[in-house]
Amino acid sequence: MDEARLNAIVDAVVRELLALQPEQSAPPRAETPPAPQPQAAPQVQPAPAQPTRAAAFPAPVLAPLPAAPSAKPAQPAPPSGELRIDLPDPTEAQRRVQPGVARPVNPQALESMIASTTARIGVGRAGPRYRTTAQLLLQADHAVTQDALMRNVDPKLLDEFGLFTVQTRVTGGKQEYLLRPDLGRSLNDDSRRIIAEKCARGANLQVCVGDGLSAAAIEANLRQIFPVIRQGAQSAGLALGTPFYIQYCRVGVLNDIGELLNPDVVVLLIGERPGLGRAESMSAYMAFRPKAGDNDADRNVICNIFEGGGTNPLEAGAVVIQMAQNMIRHQASGVKLKLVGQ
Amino acid sequence: MLLRTKLFGKTYEFPDLRILMGKANEEKSGDQLAGVAADTTAERAAARFVLAEVPLWVLRQNPAVPYDQDEVTRVIEDAVNETVYNEIKDWTVGEFREWLLADTTTGEMIRRISNGLTAEMIAAVTKLMSNMDLMYGASKIRVSAHCNNTIGLAGTLSSRNQPNHPVDSPEGIRAELYEGLSYGSGDSVIGINPADDSYSSVSRLLDMTYDVIRTWEIPTQNCVLAHVTTQMQCMRSGSPVGLVFQSICGSQKGNRSFGISVDMLDEADALAKKYCFPTGPSYMYFETGQGSALSANAHNGWDQLTMEARNYGLAKRYNPFQVNTVVGFIGPEYLYDARQIQRAGLEDHFMGKLTGIPMGCDACYTNHARADQNAIENLAVMLAAAGCNYFMGIPMGDDSMLSYQCTSFHDTAALRQLLKLRPAPEFEQWMESLGLMKNGILTGRAGDPTLFLKR
Repeated sequence: MDEARLNAIVDAVVRELLALQPEQSAPPRAETPPAPQPQAAPQVQPAPAQPTRAAAFPAPVLAPLPAAPSAKPAQPAPPSGELRIDLPDPTEAQRRVQPGVARPVNPQALESMIASTTARIGVGRAGPRYRTTAQLLLQADHAVTQDALMRNVDPKLLDEFGLFTVQTRVTGGKQEYLLRPDLGRSLNDDSRRIIAEKCARGANLQVCVGDGLSAAAIEANLRQIFPVIRQGAQSAGLALGTPFYIQYCRVGVLNDIGELLNPDVVVLLIGERPGLGRAESMSAYMAFRPKAGDNDADRNVICNIFEGGGTNPLEAGAVVIQMAQNMIRHQASGVKLKLVGQ
Repeated sequence: MLLRTKLFGKTYEFPDLRILMGKANEEKSGDQLAGVAADTTAERAAARFVLAEVPLWVLRQNPAVPYDQDEVTRVIEDAVNETVYNEIKDWTVGEFREWLLADTTTGEMIRRISNGLTAEMIAAVTKLMSNMDLMYGASKIRVSAHCNNTIGLAGTLSSRNQPNHPVDSPEGIRAELYEGLSYGSGDSVIGINPADDSYSSVSRLLDMTYDVIRTWEIPTQNCVLAHVTTQMQCMRSGSPVGLVFQSICGSQKGNRSFGISVDMLDEADALAKKYCFPTGPSYMYFETGQGSALSANAHNGWDQLTMEARNYGLAKRYNPFQVNTVVGFIGPEYLYDARQIQRAGLEDHFMGKLTGIPMGCDACYTNHARADQNAIENLAVMLAAAGCNYFMGIPMGDDSMLSYQCTSFHDTAALRQLLKLRPAPEFEQWMESLGLMKNGILTGRAGDPTLFLKR
């Protein structure tokens, strides 16, 4: 592309930007600082940004133009000759929502679109690939989730709600838990004995808590959802069973609980598989009189329980009570409940 | 049945076909969980020598679940074309592999032979294939389908626009959907996994996506991936449905754990033909994945590859528009790490194509598997080279509802530009008309979701 044509395109883009945002002077974005190019620098190569106007606009990144790989001049070295990089935290909420689209048709709308979802949109592109900051943030979120995966629930939290702990047949720690879901679906013999000793039978609603794949999810939601379920059951006239906590827990353990305690409805609050950078998402699995051989089609689930973007845990607690009443009314759960409910 | 070989002077004997098939697989944590994996790498090699000598008729006579006990077996067995079968029944699995790879064997020839195969034959030959065998073999077999547009044509790569949202917010979903469209994602389907499976929620999302399709005259179809019974209710109530979705499993017992049966799928298929708004003739969309039968304890003692092959035989009954394995979604207890996920992805795509269905792939992983985004990008490149019909398009591959990672809007765009592939032809034309793509390359307008706020 020759220089005249390039300049014409750049001028057109700048005119478009001027027309879109006559007054706005946005703060410079941390992720895309305006290219610090001296005003009079000779344009030896096609330059991606126009320095004279850059101060008035959010630095436009002209992705489709052939950007010069090293358009930025080398920073003048401080006297000591020492390089200093001291970055703010890129995972802070307000930095996550920085738009990355070059020249959006509607920049204001782009911001509200980004705010409407936790999905990574409005990120822009480098050719058909991600912008650098967006890519590094994705990798960082994966990293922190990986590191958090192997933790256990804080015992203090369980004490707060008087939950005693039982265990499934997993004996070899989290690694075995991950590789042997069959062991996580059934309670070990000691646990069966303890539950039989300590728990009331034949309740209307039996609440259990399980670590599942995220201890952080239980820690983030239990304080909100548990009291709502307790109070909700009371107002609805549902007799609550004795609650307890299950370590190395899979959803299928519902069947064992049903067989041991004969409640009408069991609800299992269990940590979901962590999402990127977010491990606080919890599910409530529910079943009517679960028994050996029951499967997912016999269950209902309220998933994505977390504050700020998911199903609010307070709200989820109320849904649990409604669902329990519904199951008892129709004497069914899962697909069967849907069919009789229609 | 005697199934025995010597290898390096040592004798390996396999008691039956079930164990032989399990031990011939590449290493998978799910086969270890099921107790059918090879104990040593040498035993795996020995099993393959024996399997290579098994004639195809033996595999037909020994389905993973007996005919009288399982309707998936019956669906597959009853659909076998006997004329084709009689031509190939005496081939050994090893000979079948070489025939598939031969330069004289065309895609058309393979499509014909498909009609004489059962799932166990397809699984068996897959076990003898290396990764590149799977890619090369699959690349010969084009299986396209038509709904409102055409998927799976040679030289094309499509993308399911998957704008999932943690609480199904219509604005949030719309924003993600627009982002995806601006990158050229959505030619396979605009397909949402709802957080809320209820009729009112699902019908609302169907209305919303249909509205976008109409407003922008997009040559595609919509789908809300609720349980099939909810979608049937939506169709009966007049909601605009493009594709009808269901997850399926390789045995009757497995399907029961999904709350479905062949009768129910037949009914859904009939309703789709009666009520779906697109041109057709294909309206069904299925998802599968190795390990699903085992996780429902519905594998009848068989390995997960064989159970997966049976899914495709069931799917074929419905002449679907698209089928994809959700290959790494199930977790590390079935596919432990990047290597196992990549292998399974190549196997599933190959088996789907060999069955004769329009196969795509949700190349994905979960946070508790030993994999990362690089692993999934590698798999996507391998599958695109193998002629995979479509991938998922998720904002940066990070699904905010299902909490797993897969391929992104950017990935499909990059794969197209990397491997000189195009969107589905009708969709490419649409992109060009909006100035989003020129000569197969995204233009400067692409990647801006606010473009779609104009209408």
